[in-house]
Amino acid sequence: MKMAVFLGCTVPVRNLSYELSAKRVAGELGLELVDIPEFGCCGYPVKSVHHETAYLLAARNLALAEERGLDICTLCSACTSVLTEVSRELTANEALLDATCKSLGMLGRRYSGKVKVKHFVRVLYEDIGLEAVEKAVKRPLDMFSIASHYGCHYLKPSEIYDRFDHPEVPQSLDRLVAATGARAVDYRTKKDCCGGAILGVDEETALSMARAKLDDISNAGADAINLICPFCSVMYGANQRKIGAGRDVKYDLPILYYPQILGLAMGISHEELGLMQNPIRPRALLAKIS
Amino acid sequence: MESAQKKDVPVVTVLDPKFKYEVAREPGGENIKYCFQCGTCTSGCKVAEFDSKYNPRKIIRMVILGMRERVLSGDFIWLCATCYTCHERCPQDVRIPEVMNALKNIAVREGYIHPAFRAQAELIAGYGRLYEVDELANEKRTDWGLTEIPQGCPEVAEIYGITGLADLLSGGAGGKL
Repeated sequence: MKMAVFLGCTVPVRNLSYELSAKRVAGELGLELVDIPEFGCCGYPVKSVHHETAYLLAARNLALAEERGLDICTLCSACTSVLTEVSRELTANEALLDATCKSLGMLGRRYSGKVKVKHFVRVLYEDIGLEAVEKAVKRPLDMFSIASHYGCHYLKPSEIYDRFDHPEVPQSLDRLVAATGARAVDYRTKKDCCGGAILGVDEETALSMARAKLDDISNAGADAINLICPFCSVMYGANQRKIGAGRDVKYDLPILYYPQILGLAMGISHEELGLMQNPIRPRALLAKIS
Repeated sequence: MESAQKKDVPVVTVLDPKFKYEVAREPGGENIKYCFQCGTCTSGCKVAEFDSKYNPRKIIRMVILGMRERVLSGDFIWLCATCYTCHERCPQDVRIPEVMNALKNIAVREGYIHPAFRAQAELIAGYGRLYEVDELANEKRTDWGLTEIPQGCPEVAEIYGITGLADLLSGGAGGKL
C-alpha cells in the first residue's frame, strides 16, 4: 500500500517525533508513505476567514497527490477534516469541481476528483487492520495504562468520515492501544476538545479546556496520553507546564503519539521513535519497559 | 423609552430582517433557518462551559432577529473551537460550526477580521504554511533522516490573488475589531 503523506504545517516543524515514528511504523507494516515537497497549507486555518481560498488551497494539495496517482494519508486531524471535506465535495458537486478546475488552471494544475483522504490512524485501523497491528507486537506494553485523546476532527463531522467510528462513543484509538497490550484507560472527558483552535482568540479559555482534561486523565491514573494530532500536542505537551504553573500543580503526564506507542510494542528502540524529543520527556515511562 | 435608558437596558435600534437570508446564501450558512432554539448546542459546548461570552444558540437567535452589526462586529463569533460536538447533536441539522464560519466570512468582508486570524492568514500567504520552515528547521530534519521541505510556496500567495483574499487583507479588511 502506497500513499502520499500530508504533514501539514505543525508536524514537520514542531512534532518531528510524530512524523519520524509514523514513517518508521508504516514501513514495518507495509505502508509506503511518499513525501510531496510541494504540499502547502491544507486550508483549515483560512476556512473561517475566506471559504473559497480554503477550498482552493485544499484542492491544490489534492491535485498534487492526483498527479502522482496517490491517495493522501494525514497526520494532523484538522488537515484531515478540510482535505476530506473538499475531496468529497469536489467528487459530489460537478459545478464546484468545474469552478475549482478553472482556478487551478491558473496555477497550471488540474484535478479530476479522484483522491481520497484518510488519517494515518484510520489507515491503521481500517486498512492495515487491528489483526495485523496485533501480529506486529513483539513486546506487549502490559505495564502501561494509556488514555486516548480522540480530539475533534479525527471523528467529526462524522458524515464526512462515513461514521467509521462513533462520534459519541468512539473506540478506534482504545482498541489500537489495547492491541499493543497496554491498558486503555477510560475517563469522563474523553471526547472533549483540547481548545487549540481558539488559543489565539482566548488563551485563558483554551488553556482551561486543556486543563480540565489533564486533571481528569491524571486522576484516572494514566501513565501517558495517546495523541494523534499535532495541535492537541501543543495544548497538552508544549503548554502542560504553563497550565500547571498557573495553579501550582505540577503535571507529569507524558504525551505519546500513537505510532510511538505501537513502535515501542513492535520492539523498535525509543531513540528511533524520537520519544525523548517529545515535549514532555517520558523518563518514568521508559524506565518501566527496561 | 426614558426609563429603559435609565436602567441601562440595551435598546436594539438597527435590525436587518434580511440578515438571515444573507447568512443562508453564504457557504455553510444554508440551514440557519431550521433552528428552533432548543439550546442543545450551547448545553454541550465546551467553550461555553468556560466562557459565557460564547453562546451558539444566542448567536443564531441574534442572526434570525436581524442583529447584523452586533453579530458581525462581536469577537464572540471567533470563539467557536469547531469541535463539531453541537453539529453531531443538533436535531435540526443547522450545522452550527459551518454557520459560524459563514458569519466569520461575512465579518471579514465587512472589515471585522479577528487579529489572530488575520495574522494566521498572512503567515500562510508568506510561507505557504503556518510556520516558516527555515534552514535551521531543515537542518534538524536532515539530521533526523527526514526529507527537506522547500522554503516558501508561491502558489499559495497566487491563490490568495485569484480568490480576492489578498485584496481583502491589504484593503479595508480588518482594523475594525
